[in-house]
Amino acid sequence: MSIHIDTTKEAKATPEKHQPWKELGLKEDEFNEIKNILGRRPTSAELAMYSVMWSEHCSYKSSKIYLRQFGEKVTDEMKKNLMVGMGENAGVVDIGEGWAVTFKVESHNHPSYIEPFQGAATGVGGIVRDILTMGARPIAVMDQLRFGAPENPDTRRVVDGVVAGISFYGNCLGLPNIGGETVFDKVYQGNPLVNALSVGALRHEDLKLAKASNPGDLVILFGARTGADGIGGVSVLASETFDSTGPSRRPAVQVGDPFAEKVLIECCLELYKAQVVAGIQDLGGAGLSCATSELASNGNAGMKVQLQDVLLRDDSLTPEEILMSESQERMMAIVPKKDKAAFEAIVNKWEVEYSILGEVIKEPRLYIYWGDEEIVNVPPRTVAHDGPVYERPVAEPKWIKALNKDTTKNLAKSENPDELATQLMQIITSPNQASKNFITDQYDHYVGGNTALAMPDDAGMIRVDETSSLGIAIATDANGRYGQLDPYAGAQLALSEAFRNVATSGATPAAVTNCLNFGSPENPEVMWQFKQATAGLADACLELGIPVTGGNVSFYNQTGDVAIHPTPVVGVLGVIDDVARRIPSGWQDAGHNIYLLGTTEEELDGSVWSEVIHDHLGGLPPKVKLQEEKKLAEALNAASLQGLLASAHDLSEGGLAQAVVESCLRFNVGARIYLDEIVDKNNISKTAALFSETQARILVSVGREDDVKFVGLCEQRNIPITRIGVTDSTPTLEIQNLATWQLTDLKLALDATLPELFA
Amino acid sequence: MPKIIVEVMPKADLLDPQGKAVRNSINRKGHEEVTSVRIGKRIELHYANTPTEKDLETAKQIAADFLSNGVIEDVVAVTVEA
Amino acid sequence: MKIGVVTFPGTLDDRDAARAVRLAGGEAVSLWHADTNLHDVDAVVLPGGFSYGDYLRCGAIAAQAPVMQTIIEKASQGLPVLGICNGFQVLVESHLLPGGLIRNENQHFICRDQTLKVENNTTAWTNQFKLGEHITIPLKNGEGGYIADAETLKRLEGENLITFRYVDVNPNGSMNNIAGLRNAKGNVVGLMPHPEHAVEAGFGPDMPEAMRSGVDGLKFFTSVIHSLVNA
Repeated sequence: MSIHIDTTKEAKATPEKHQPWKELGLKEDEFNEIKNILGRRPTSAELAMYSVMWSEHCSYKSSKIYLRQFGEKVTDEMKKNLMVGMGENAGVVDIGEGWAVTFKVESHNHPSYIEPFQGAATGVGGIVRDILTMGARPIAVMDQLRFGAPENPDTRRVVDGVVAGISFYGNCLGLPNIGGETVFDKVYQGNPLVNALSVGALRHEDLKLAKASNPGDLVILFGARTGADGIGGVSVLASETFDSTGPSRRPAVQVGDPFAEKVLIECCLELYKAQVVAGIQDLGGAGLSCATSELASNGNAGMKVQLQDVLLRDDSLTPEEILMSESQERMMAIVPKKDKAAFEAIVNKWEVEYSILGEVIKEPRLYIYWGDEEIVNVPPRTVAHDGPVYERPVAEPKWIKALNKDTTKNLAKSENPDELATQLMQIITSPNQASKNFITDQYDHYVGGNTALAMPDDAGMIRVDETSSLGIAIATDANGRYGQLDPYAGAQLALSEAFRNVATSGATPAAVTNCLNFGSPENPEVMWQFKQATAGLADACLELGIPVTGGNVSFYNQTGDVAIHPTPVVGVLGVIDDVARRIPSGWQDAGHNIYLLGTTEEELDGSVWSEVIHDHLGGLPPKVKLQEEKKLAEALNAASLQGLLASAHDLSEGGLAQAVVESCLRFNVGARIYLDEIVDKNNISKTAALFSETQARILVSVGREDDVKFVGLCEQRNIPITRIGVTDSTPTLEIQNLATWQLTDLKLALDATLPELFA
Repeated sequence: MPKIIVEVMPKADLLDPQGKAVRNSINRKGHEEVTSVRIGKRIELHYANTPTEKDLETAKQIAADFLSNGVIEDVVAVTVEA
Repeated sequence: MKIGVVTFPGTLDDRDAARAVRLAGGEAVSLWHADTNLHDVDAVVLPGGFSYGDYLRCGAIAAQAPVMQTIIEKASQGLPVLGICNGFQVLVESHLLPGGLIRNENQHFICRDQTLKVENNTTAWTNQFKLGEHITIPLKNGEGGYIADAETLKRLEGENLITFRYVDVNPNGSMNNIAGLRNAKGNVVGLMPHPEHAVEAGFGPDMPEAMRSGVDGLKFFTSVIHSLVNA
């Protein structure tokens, strides 16, 4: 079978030749711009490269102007510990003692709707490779999953596949899964969100960057062979919405092999140790098109590449397909000639296949050959970094004012203890609030032997240095309902919660990553939501003093005209000098005082209570309280350093009721809670006392001997502190004047929800 | 392409939880007539030339020694395919 | 005491096993799958993971590795060998232990803190336990269901070759709640749960005494050192 090779020579000679720029997802003005850049029509291969690299997913063309804020709204103090900021594969933070940590969260939404198992699996694979590319050993993963309505049969298809996929890939890589979230909401029915986070640790001197700067260095592709996986996936899937009858295109889905990636990880780490790699890039979205152009562009250099030397899984692939392939488990290394033999020895030891595709050149031009024919001749910068930048129209949604007026003020709020007790059970056993063990028990939390905290604790915590016990904590949060009511506040609230979760574990928040999941950027109302959310997040990061180190944007999460709720997932990384100082998230001793830090207001708009009890979404989300969160975090840190806290658990969705139940069930120790304290002190309803989602609140338990000191510490710092109860040796939870529950009954009920739906 | 096909099945008297789960799924879809499901493996060995008698004997040996675990599986067929 | 820890492509818990050896007072020696030389180790650990991606059957390809040729030979001469999870699967595929390990009954991977009953404490790896004692060891596998034909099961029970049984919950459908076995000589032990994840206070399973304080797994490693010292 002979294929016609479209060369640069032919492109010059046949300017009028029809090219499928539209089918490849490009707009007419973008196609014209390419012709401008090249001074001729692009070859078929060049068209393929530009089409994938200029797609929304790869070029961030609709979001760039807003993402800039993360780099602009930053002080020198905030950048102090930032070793690598945005724009690289992942951000890198100095955590002290010569250690650095790299972390990032990414989306793999559309593939996970089409093929849930492989979509989720390759999502994990992709983010782990990003971490590996920075020179780090990946040490943990987390995932943030959003599915449709639990009772909808299609939800089950997606849940089964996604959880099995994450389990399959993550466990096989030997990475502990230390936390995350699972949320059900009908808005995600046709657009499930599968976000994956990974974190890695490295010594400062091991940092690697994705740049090819030294002419003469070899360009080597290694790992799995290249096949037809995900061809056109990037430009076709992520840049177009589904129509309402389902996925409108069916490109080849990417198939992952975690064993290949595990071997790749060990091989790469050995390559790094031997210092034979000058630069390295992983192949993800847009495969070779991305790796070659980015490495060259980042290094302000160029490359000569022989495409026929790529090892193929499928001999029928055309040059365009090879350039667009998204076959997994592949890396591209820049290796100085003098290190070639050492490089080869290591990849051979691990039985990893490789091929030398070419070398780095001084001229900032990317030349790709197919045999003797030149099929690509482009300035790499224009492919990788100077893609189109859009300023899409922005318009405040027509429905938002009415939505904000529709508050929970007039919703029935019971004062009857039996009714409230029933509502409490309904809320804590609802799918979003119930135990996620059914899912998380399918993940390995132990591998590596450094897991200090994992689900259901407030943050995941990993020991980085086995001698000093230096460690890191990570938490991720998002609330689409808050986002729908007010995207600016919604993003700030997501950051607040992740920040609070990290502080509650005993660590000091240090850096931020984000995965911004939104509808179509071609919809001005969605663009408005995006603009608000990014501004909110940037402003909040500035106020809390922690920088965004990198992240991901996922647009086009909509079916027909209906977009998902704005769902910015925010991850916060914290540092702790000694993981032994971590704070348990539930009480373990009887006779300890239980304190609620912070104030509680009548804030039920957007709450779980409003959703579960009244199927209502309206009003404005709880007030953002950044200064209070900051003070609370500092107080918690101080108290923890003095060993004053027996436990700490933050309040969020489900309010005080949820937090108290979880604190009792964590180690199966009961409590007696006095609600009246909160009702009277704050002048709120019983419903609000139980279920309000007021921010900047943490539940702590303190041993008798530390009581005075702790209360004093809080008062000194003007932290509102209310004693609301005491822990108990009997395995019951008693909320005075409301009800008493056996802990075993609560546990059975919470553990039953998800298995009933999905087992 | 000349091949030898090896078919491996879990031993008849041993548990096949995968088969059981699949059968339950089929039954739940309304096909009660399927009373049992057992799941095995089909392995293809490819050759440059048509496999000889010796090749077939060797393939049977490989199947018994390596492609199956005699404790829990049976080799139910080893056949040459043109 | 030098204790070898084997790494196959896809092995995951080798570093944890090495840490366990060190915490027990031994010297951990890394053994590469392609090397037939055991470097004078006094005992060997086959750690957990997904060697060769569980291709063909769990542990099937690893059992053919050069290092296994030597280990099988030395095991017949009394070398203590501990197979953990995937390592247990390799022991079974190598015919150093009888039976088979198949997909979990409920078809899902499960990670849980598992209570085990010590059924045999006269092996190289279990001599520091009390007979009948209950220990808490993390379990994490998808293919942990132990099966054997009736004759083999009868022999295992009759000859007291079961080292550990699942208590309270059988997480994978293993026959007779078998979690671990030994050979007749007592030098080879295999089990599905992971003792190397319960060796360091602060990082083990939650215990009634304190969060993550479980260290019941350490005794596996102190046992082998004890048996070697007193050999």
